[in-house]
Amino acid sequence: MMKKLLVSLLVAFAGAVQAAGGGLAWDKFPTDKLSDQAALQNGAKLFVNYCLNCHGASYMRFNRMADIGLTPEQIKGSLLFTTDKVGETMKVAIDPKQAKEWFGATPPDLSVIARSRAGAGGSGADYLYTYLRTYYRDDSKPTGWNNLAFPSVGMPHVLWELQGERRPLFEKKTEHGHEVEIFTGRWETVKPGKLDARAYDENVADLVAFMQWVGEPNQKSRVQIGVWVLLFLGLFTVIAWFLNRAYWKDVK
Amino acid sequence: MAEFKELPPGAPVTAQVTNWFENRFPTAFTEYKKHMSEYYAPKNFNFWYFFGSLAMLVLVIQIVTGIFLVMHYKPDAALAFASVEYIMRDVPGGWLIRYMHSTGASAFFVVVYLHMYRGLIYGSYRKPRELVWIFGVAIFLCLMGEAFMGYLLPWGQMSYWGAQVIINLFAAIPFVGPDLALLIRGDYVVGDATLNRFFAFHVIAIPLVLIGLVVAHLLALHDVGSNNPDGVEIKEKKDPKTGIPLDGIAFHPYYTIHDILGVSVFLMIFSAIIFFAPEMGGYFLEFNNFIPADPLKTPAHIAPVWYFTPYYSMLRATTDVMVNVMCVLFALGAVLAFVKGSMSGKVKIGIAIAALVTIALLKTFDAKFWGVVMMGAGVVILFFLPWLDQSPVKSIRYRPGWHKYVYGVFIAFFLILGWLGVEAPSPGKTLLAQIGTVYYFGFFLLMPWWSRLGEFKPVPERVVFHAH
Amino acid sequence: MSQDAIDPSRRAWVGIACGAAAVGGAATAVPFVASFAPSERAKAAGAAVEVDISNLKSGEMTTVEWRGKPVWILKRTPEQVAELPKLDAKLADPDSQRKPDELTPEYARNKARSIKPELLVAVGICSHLGCSPTAKLQAGAQPSLPDDWQGGFFCPCHGSMFDLAGRVYKNLPAPDNLEIPPHMYLSDSKLLIGEDKKA
Repeated sequence: MMKKLLVSLLVAFAGAVQAAGGGLAWDKFPTDKLSDQAALQNGAKLFVNYCLNCHGASYMRFNRMADIGLTPEQIKGSLLFTTDKVGETMKVAIDPKQAKEWFGATPPDLSVIARSRAGAGGSGADYLYTYLRTYYRDDSKPTGWNNLAFPSVGMPHVLWELQGERRPLFEKKTEHGHEVEIFTGRWETVKPGKLDARAYDENVADLVAFMQWVGEPNQKSRVQIGVWVLLFLGLFTVIAWFLNRAYWKDVK
Repeated sequence: MAEFKELPPGAPVTAQVTNWFENRFPTAFTEYKKHMSEYYAPKNFNFWYFFGSLAMLVLVIQIVTGIFLVMHYKPDAALAFASVEYIMRDVPGGWLIRYMHSTGASAFFVVVYLHMYRGLIYGSYRKPRELVWIFGVAIFLCLMGEAFMGYLLPWGQMSYWGAQVIINLFAAIPFVGPDLALLIRGDYVVGDATLNRFFAFHVIAIPLVLIGLVVAHLLALHDVGSNNPDGVEIKEKKDPKTGIPLDGIAFHPYYTIHDILGVSVFLMIFSAIIFFAPEMGGYFLEFNNFIPADPLKTPAHIAPVWYFTPYYSMLRATTDVMVNVMCVLFALGAVLAFVKGSMSGKVKIGIAIAALVTIALLKTFDAKFWGVVMMGAGVVILFFLPWLDQSPVKSIRYRPGWHKYVYGVFIAFFLILGWLGVEAPSPGKTLLAQIGTVYYFGFFLLMPWWSRLGEFKPVPERVVFHAH
Repeated sequence: MSQDAIDPSRRAWVGIACGAAAVGGAATAVPFVASFAPSERAKAAGAAVEVDISNLKSGEMTTVEWRGKPVWILKRTPEQVAELPKLDAKLADPDSQRKPDELTPEYARNKARSIKPELLVAVGICSHLGCSPTAKLQAGAQPSLPDDWQGGFFCPCHGSMFDLAGRVYKNLPAPDNLEIPPHMYLSDSKLLIGEDKKA
C-alpha cells in the first residue's frame, strides 16, 4: 500500500504544475500515439464506452474508423452506438435538454473538441490530456468532482473507476499581498482505481489521440499529399526559373 | 462584309481560323495587343512587382474554391456549422477546397499589403496614377468587407461574436447608429437573417464589385503606363522610329513569363500552409471558431482576424485620454500651420476653423464613437495619399536617406499595431498602441511638410537596369 | 522587342513549362471534380435496407424506400407464379435478356425473376420516364386495362404495363422490364435490399 502510494506520488509529480500567472500548465500529449493504430483503436473503444452516453460526435461517421484499421464487422460488433448502421454519424444517446438539466450545461459535441481547445497553453490535445487526468473529489460541487484544468466543470469524472480518487496537494503562498493556494504538482491517492497511474495515463492518451484524430480524420493524408505537391512545385519553380532566364537573357 | 480580310487560298488552317475570329471580333485582337503583346512596361521591375499579378491569382482562387464550397454549404444558422464539417469530412476533396479558401483569404491580405507597400515606396500613386491608387484603395475596402462577411459564414463562436462587435461599431454612430445596426443585422441580434444577407453579399454582391474595380484598376493603369522602382517616366524617352519607350519591354511575353516564376514560388508557400499548417497557430483558422456559435456565451478572448488587427488597435487605443491628446495635437497643428505655413490667408483661416470644429466634436461625442472613426480614418486616409505626398521625387531610392527611416518606423508601427490587436489589453500596451496610432496618422497628415524636407538625390534619366 | 529568329532554348522551356503546367493543372482539378461525387452522407443514405417480411401474406404487397426509390415486395400466390410463362407472347422481353447487368441480377434470371419463386422484389420505377406504376394485382377486366388482364402494374403517366414479375408488355412506351435490385435473404423473415453476397 505504501509502495503504491509512493509510486503514484512519484509518477504524478511529472504532472501539471502551477504556471506563472495562475493558470494550470498543460502537460504535453504524447503525439506519437497519433500514428499508433492500436492506441487509436483503444481510444475508439474508450470513447464509445465512456463518452457517447452524454456527448455526441455528430460529424463523425462510424465507418470512417476503417481509416484506423477497424473492419466493418469490428465496428458493428463492439462500437456501434445509438444506431445499427455503420454509415451513420456518432449521435448522442442522451437528450440534450435533460443533460442540461442534470449538468447545468449541454455536454458539447466532441467532433472538433481537440481543434477548439488549443490555446496559449498548448494544443487542444495537451489540454484534453491534462483535463482528463486532473479530476479530484470536491463535495462542494453538484457532481462531487472538480478539475484543476477546468475549475468548477459541470462534467463528473466519468473515468473514476479507472483512475480512482486522488487529492491534489496545495501549498499556501503569499502573492501580491494576499494568501493563495498554489498547486504543487503532486497528488495523494485516496482510493486506487482499476489502473495504476501509468496505465491510466496511457489509456487517457489513447482516448485523446482518438479525439484528435476525430477532429480531422484527413490529417495523415493531408500531410502525405502535401509532400508530393511541394516536390512538384519545387520542380516547377526550377523550370519557371529557366524559362524566365531564356527570355530575359536578351534584355539589355 | 466589305471590311473582312480575305486570306490567299491555301493558307494554313490556323491562320484561317485566326482570320475568321479577327474578322468578327477584332476587339479581342486589338485589346490583346494593347494590354499584353504591345503594352510596354518598364524593364526594371523588381521583387515588389510580383504582388499585383499574385493578387489577381488569389482572387481567382477564392472565386473558384468559393463556387465549389457553395455547392455544399448551407447558409442557415441551424445548419451552417454542420455543413462546414460536412465539407471537411464527407465531401470528397472537400477538406482541401475549404483549406484553400481559408488560407486564400489570409494570403489575399498578405499579398495586398505587400502590393500597397510597393506603391508606397515607389510613389506609384502619384500623378498621373492617382486614380489607379484610388481604385486600389476601394478594392482594399471591399476586400475588408468581403472578408468580414465571409467570416460569419462558418457560424462559429468567433464568427458570431466578431460580427456582433463590428456591427455594434456602427451602432456607436450618433443619432443613426442603433437603427443602422438594426438594418444591417435584419434582427435585434446577429442571427439567421444576418447570416443569409451576409451570404448574399459575400458570394455575389461584393465579388461583382471587386471584379469591376479590378478591371477599372488595370484599365486605368494601362492608360497611363506602369511606374517603376526608379520613379522614372519611361514614356518620356521613346524610340523615334517605333514610338516604343526605350526602357519598355512588351508585357507579353516578358512579364507573363516573369510572373509565372512569382506564381510558382507563391504556390509553394501557399501549399506548404494548406497541407502542413492550415490553422497557422490559430491565426488563419481560429481555435474558437471550432465551437458552434452560442449567443449566450462570449469567448474569453475575442480578437478580429489578424488582417484587421492594425486598425482594430487604433480603435481600442482611442480612449478618453487619447481624445484629449488628439484635441491638443489638432490645436498644435492648426497653430503651427497658421504661424509657419505658406498657404494663403483664406486657407489658414479655413484650417483654424476646421481645427476648432474638430475639437468641439471630439469633446461632444463618446470616445467609443471616435474609436470607430479612427479605425475607418486609418483606411480612408489612404485615398488622399497622392495629394499628401509633396516630395519632388517619386521613389524612395532618390529621397533623402533619413526618409527611409520614417517609412521604416511607419511599417514597424503598423506591424506593432497589428500584434497589439491580437493581444489582451494592458495599460502599457494601450500606451504603445496610442503612440503607434499617433505616428500612423502623423505620417500621413504631416506628409505635405516632411516629404519636402532634406536633400534629394538626382533622379536618373533612364531606369537603372542590370541585365539578367 | 521583336524576335525574328526562333530561339530554340525559349521554345524548349516553353514546351517543358507547358507540359508541367498541364500535369499540375490536371492534378489540381482532381479534388474539384471529385467533390461532385456522392458524399459520405449521400452514400450512407443509400445504404442497404432491412425488411421484415414475416407478416406478408400471400397476394399482399409492401413498399420500402431504398436510395430514394420505392421497392416493391410482392408475395405472389402459386397460381400467379404459374401464370407467368403463359404471358410470354405479350411481353417485349419475356426472358429478361435486355440489359441484364443493369436490370436482372444472376439470381433473378429465371421465370419468376426472383430468388424465391413467390417473392418478387422489384424497383417500382417505370423504365419509360420514371413515374411509379400503380399496383393492379387483381386479374380481370378493369378501366384502362385489357380484358384479359392477369394482374400486374399499370403506369398512369403514359400507359405502360408490367406483369407480376415486372416484365414490360409489348407495344407500349416503356422499353425495359422493371429493375430487380441487389438483394439477399438474411433469414426466412429478413430481406436485405441493396446488397447481395457478390457486392
